[in-house]
Parts: sequence; C-alpha cells; structure tokens
Amino acid sequence: MFGLLLLLCLPPALGAVDFSDYENGYQVRLSIKTALGDEAYEWNESEMFLFRATIAFAMRQFTKTEAYGIDNIVVRNQTQRVSFWFIVTSPENPAQTVEKETVEKAIRRSRNRINNAFLLTDKTLEFLGIPPTLAAPISPATPPWLIVFGVVIGLVCAGIVALLTSSVVKRRRGNKAKQLPEEEDPAKGTDKGITCEDRNGVYNQGFSDDDRLTQL
Amino acid sequence: MITFSNECILSLAHYHLDKHFHLLGLCKLCFQVHSNKQHSKMSSSGLHTNALSAQYFYIAPLMVSPLGVIQTVFPGAFMIPFLILLVLEGIPLLHLEFAIGQRLRSGSVGVWRSIHPCLAGVGIASMMVAFTVGMYYNTIIAWVMWYFFNSFQDPLPWSQCPLNENSTDVVSECARSSSVDYFWYRETLNTSASIEDSGGLQWWIVLSLVCAWTVLYVCCLRGIETTGKAVYITSTLPYVVLTIFLVRGLTLKGSTSGIIYLFTPNLEELMNPKTWLDAGAQVFYSFSLASGGLISFSSYNSVHNNCEQDAVIISVINGFTSVYAAIVIYSIIGFRATESFDACLNGNILALLNAFDLPEGSINESNYEETLNRLNGTSPGIIQGLDLTTCNIQTFLSQGVEGTGLAFIAFTEAIIKMPASPVWSVLFFIMLFCLGLSTMFGSIEGSVVPLQDLNIFPKWWPKEALTGMVCLVSFGIALIFAQGSGNYWLALFDGYAGSIPLLIVGFCEMMAVSYVYGIDRFNKDIEFMIGHKPNFFWQATWRVISPLLVFVIFVFYLGTTATKELTYIAWNPEWVKTILPQYLLNS
Repeated sequence: MFGLLLLLCLPPALGAVDFSDYENGYQVRLSIKTALGDEAYEWNESEMFLFRATIAFAMRQFTKTEAYGIDNIVVRNQTQRVSFWFIVTSPENPAQTVEKETVEKAIRRSRNRINNAFLLTDKTLEFLGIPPTLAAPISPATPPWLIVFGVVIGLVCAGIVALLTSSVVKRRRGNKAKQLPEEEDPAKGTDKGITCEDRNGVYNQGFSDDDRLTQL
Repeated sequence: MITFSNECILSLAHYHLDKHFHLLGLCKLCFQVHSNKQHSKMSSSGLHTNALSAQYFYIAPLMVSPLGVIQTVFPGAFMIPFLILLVLEGIPLLHLEFAIGQRLRSGSVGVWRSIHPCLAGVGIASMMVAFTVGMYYNTIIAWVMWYFFNSFQDPLPWSQCPLNENSTDVVSECARSSSVDYFWYRETLNTSASIEDSGGLQWWIVLSLVCAWTVLYVCCLRGIETTGKAVYITSTLPYVVLTIFLVRGLTLKGSTSGIIYLFTPNLEELMNPKTWLDAGAQVFYSFSLASGGLISFSSYNSVHNNCEQDAVIISVINGFTSVYAAIVIYSIIGFRATESFDACLNGNILALLNAFDLPEGSINESNYEETLNRLNGTSPGIIQGLDLTTCNIQTFLSQGVEGTGLAFIAFTEAIIKMPASPVWSVLFFIMLFCLGLSTMFGSIEGSVVPLQDLNIFPKWWPKEALTGMVCLVSFGIALIFAQGSGNYWLALFDGYAGSIPLLIVGFCEMMAVSYVYGIDRFNKDIEFMIGHKPNFFWQATWRVISPLLVFVIFVFYLGTTATKELTYIAWNPEWVKTILPQYLLNS
C-alpha cells in the first residue's frame, strides 16, 4: 500500500490528468473493521483493483456501453483511514474527466452491487457527497395493530354479552323462584334460629340467607 | 399516580361470603350471631377456603406499586424516603382503614357518616378522587394497549424512522430526536405544541380508549364477583414477567451501572421537599389509601379477621415488590444508558478518525481521552470544528426516567436493542396492562360503592348498569386525553388530581378516627376483633406521627409550589435542537 502511495506521487507519464481538478472527483471512505469486526480483510492493492473494477462496471451499466475500463478510474490520496479520491476519465479522451453528476447517477444506480462486492453497507462504504438511497420500510395493507385491536375488542364484547345474558337469566330464574311460597319465616335462614330484630321488632334484612345480592 | 391494592379483592373472593352489610341498624347480638355464623360457614366450606384465602393474601400482594414506580421519578434518593414513609405512614393508615372497614362494616361514605354525620364529606371526597384518578389513569392503560397492539410486528414500528417524500432521508423531526421519541410524540400522541392548541381527536387513541374501558367493564361488571376472578391473572402475570425481565436484564451489558445508580443516595435530592412529597404520594398510591376502596373491601371480611397481621404482611410484600420492580427497571435503564454512551463515544471516535484520517481501531474507549488531548494540543482548530459532545454516563442514566417517558420512551428504546424485540415488547406491555388494570379495579370499586351508598341512583338499578354508567361517563370525559394536547392534560391531572386530595383525605381520616371517634374506642374495637390491644407503635403513629408527617409534607409542598412559576414540559418540533437526544422544553 505504501508502494502504491509512492507510485501515485510520481506524475504518471501517460494520460496525465491534472488531479488538482478535484471538482469531478469523489472522496470514498471505507470502515471495514466497523462493518466486519474480526472478519475484516486487509485493504491492499487487489482490493483497490476490485474497487476500480466495480466503478468501471457501474459506469458501463449506466452508459450502456462497454467503453469503460479499469484505466479510466484514477485513484489518488490514499490514507490509512482507508479513504481516497477517485475520478473517472472519459474512454475516448483520457485527459478529460466525466461529469460529477453522471458519476453520481451511475454509482447510485449500482450502489447495491458495489456495496455487496465489499461486504459493506451504505454507511461503511461512504461516497462523500452521494446520499444513499434508503429502502422504504415495508408497510402492509392493513396496519397490523388494527388486526390485534379487532381481535381483542371482539373477545371483550363477546365476554360482556355473555356475562350480561347470564345475569339476566339468573335474575329471571331468581324471580321465578320467589314466586314459590313465601310464607316461610324469612328468619329461618339463620343457623341458630335467632331472629335478628332491633328494638322495634323490625326484622333486619341484612341477616337473612337471601340470595338476591351478589353471589360469588 | 394511583395504584390500588387488589389483595383485598383476592381475600374476599375466597371468603365464602354473600353479604354486604350496612352498619345502620346493627344490633350487637346479631353481630355476634352473625360473626359466629360466618365462622361456621367458613369452617364448613373448609379450612380449605380459609387457608386458600390466607395464602392468597400473602402471596398475591399489591402489584400495582410498580406501575406507580414506572410513572414517577425514581432516582437513587427516592428509596430512602419511600421506605421511611412506608413504615411511618403507609402501614398505620393501612391498618386503620382495614380496621375501621371491618368494624363498621360499610363502604367509605357509610363509615365516615357513622362516626359523625359531618364527616360524610370525607367519604365523598374519596369517591371523587377515585373517580378522577380512574378516569385519567385508564388513558395511560389505553396508551399501553396501543403499544401492545403495535408490538405484533417485526421490526417494531418505533425502531425505524419513516422516510420523507423523496426517500432521500428520514423525516426531519425523527432525525433530530430519535425513532422512539418520534413514534411516541408523533405517531402515538400526535402532540400539539402547547396545551391551548387542542389538535382534534386522534381516532386511533379513541379506539384504544374504547378498548381499555370495555376491558375494564368486563372485569368489573358484577363487582367483586368478576373482579375476583380477573385478579388471578392481573396479580400473578406481572410477577412472572418481572422475573423474566430480571433474568434478561441482568445478562445485558451495563445493567449493573443502572442498579448501582438506583441505590446510590443523592443527598441533594434528599433535602428537596418535593422528593419527600413524591415518596409520600407514592406510598398512598401503592396502597390505594384514602380512596375508599380499602374500607369497602375490608368491610366484606369477617369481623374477627386479623387485620393487623394483614396490614403488616401486605406492607412488607408491597415494599419488597417495589424494590424488586425498581431493580428490574433500572437494570434495563442501565443497559440503555450504556448503549447510548457507547454510541455517543463511537460517534466521537469516528469523527476524529475521519478528520485526521487515522486507521480504524487506533482510537478506542481506553485511549480516547489521551488521544483527544493530544490532538487538541496539535490542532485545536479542527477539534473545535468537529463540535464533539461530551459523553457522560450519569447524564444518560438520569435521562428520560420520569413520567410516562420511562415506559414509552426509555424502555421501548431498550427493547429494540434486545434480540427478539417483539416478544419482549409484548411481555412488557401485557405486564403494564395487568398492573394498570388492577389499579383500576380499586378505583372503580371506590367510585361505584359510594354511589350505591349515597342512593343517588334508584335502588332497582342492577350493579352492572351502575358500573356501566361510571365507565361510560369516565370514557366521555377521558376523550379530553385523546386530543392532540391530551398528553398535557394528563400531566395536569396527574400532577394535581391525585397527590394533594389523597394527602388531605388521609389526614382527615386519621384525625377523625383518633380524635372524633376516639382512639380508646378504636382500641377497644380492635381488641374485640383481633383479641389484643394495638401496641405502642400503632398508638404513636395514629395519634401523632402519621398525621404530623402528612401535615408537614402538605405544608412544604404548598410552600414550594405556590412560590414557583407553574410550567409544563412540551414537545415542539420547531425548537428541536440537534445535540440532545431528548427534546423536552419548558414553556
């Protein structure tokens, strides 16, 4: 990699592109260790070769020609961060750079392929200046929460109806039972046969074995 | 926040009881007879019933305090005032309410009316508080249900920000805060910027509210009969889920820092009277004291039931549950804080790497500080330009742990970082739902029974209709909270509808029993019921310590609130800054 750096510092003999013209170039930044952790690969000359090939591929896909080759992708200023600048030269005239917008469109179109070639994502293989195209989250036709809501409400309403009807039925049954002879002494319910009456001899309903009130 | 006890419900469900006694017109002989009858009835239906009830009394304790914990600020310093006030305030008042209900055998209105006709107002006040609190509390349950409904999808909706129209970037409000905040403030509440701006009814919240009230109605339909059965689930499930979360929480990275934070006393906070007020209010809420529910429930108990023992044991279990729940919650909070801290630090490290083109891995957590200082020495200009935020784990630990934010923001954020998030989310919200529901049982009982006692509605109205009436009216009023500004209204109710009235009612109750009814008469009653006079601890607390404590807290609170300007926390997307993860502004 240091050899490459040295090489890049020497002015190339052929097809010299003036790299002080960074206008049409893009800076690329890779975060391999962040993305892959222990399985991170070493960034070396071969990886750079692959990179240039993928960019050439992207240009080919976009322009729908087979004109672009590896030599059309020129890389400069590699750093240890693993970041560098690249420009794309036109296949007809190596001294001329391809417009920034064209490059951007090409890369956006093939972004997924480029990322996958390096096992990276939009965040870890950054093209500074090219916004990533975000995948829209999948939204199903019926929001799932409505479905759950419907289920719960259905169960609850069924429960209410069931309980109310059983109350009504019980009350009707209770009324019918009351129509049976009521001549019995209402105080018969108490265990010890003591009638609970207050001073005035009025029977206190509270102590009868009356089932009118809430049953457990 | 009100949290009501449900152990009373359980105890009743198992006492083979079929009467609701009204105290007026009671003759002592009948009382004696009837209590014997009760004993015989109980023993005939089995020691089984007795044992079962005792068992449930002790095993299924007051669950609801954890929800109160979740709702209020629970910093490290809170534990100490809470535990102190639990012993000095909670236990005496609990014993008092049990004893008075058991002896005078009526709902709250009847009890106070029989002590002195003028004191009926205390009972009515309890009813009003129970009604008001129940009304706004069920809205929180509606929110819990909304999150529960939304938990049945992977990935969870609050884990991602929605995209804007061009699909180039996420929605700006979401990008500036976080996906969890955005989901809470925008997609759930759709908050308006201030309380004056109503924002209209949010239909999805109305639906959740309908659901919450109908579930409550189904459980309280026939009063104690249906509630007693519902409580089996609502009491045991939270414990199970809490234990699962404890195991999960302790295995996460950073959980210990959360637990340490929980138990670290903060002396400044201890000096602040607001902490003591919150702790006192929390004790009231967790026992559902002064709401009328306890008196009503204990009136169903046999007259010779040992209410003293019950009060002590329930308090102990309640205290234990609060601490247990707090540990679980704070282990998760610790995890979340650690994750945020790591993210913050990694962000800074990345910025440094990018700016100075250093190889990856050259800066990590251990040498971050020295590297930063070195670089700052060599090129301070660049460092300034980067605008790095200082990452402090203590800040992250104290963030977002208050109010509804704890459950709906902090916890949901922690959940999305765990693997298999939908499962944890479903479990968590079911637990919250059960806790909240058991609170509501006490609230409904506290509202409905006094209505029956006061004979406001005709006697032939069945209990189902009465409960339905209460639920319907509460739902109607609670539609306020379904508006865009509903969150602010709820905070208002939360802050003022519960704490002060409860304190006042509690104070009046203690004064009424100690001085109007007469502490000696009360002691004799308790001796009649459980066989021995209450000991010195009870005497001291009932006569002096507890009322004094309540009075002092109340005075301090009035003092501090009256002097400061009233503010509320609002969410205003236009003012959101890019630095803080939580965008809470005072307006």
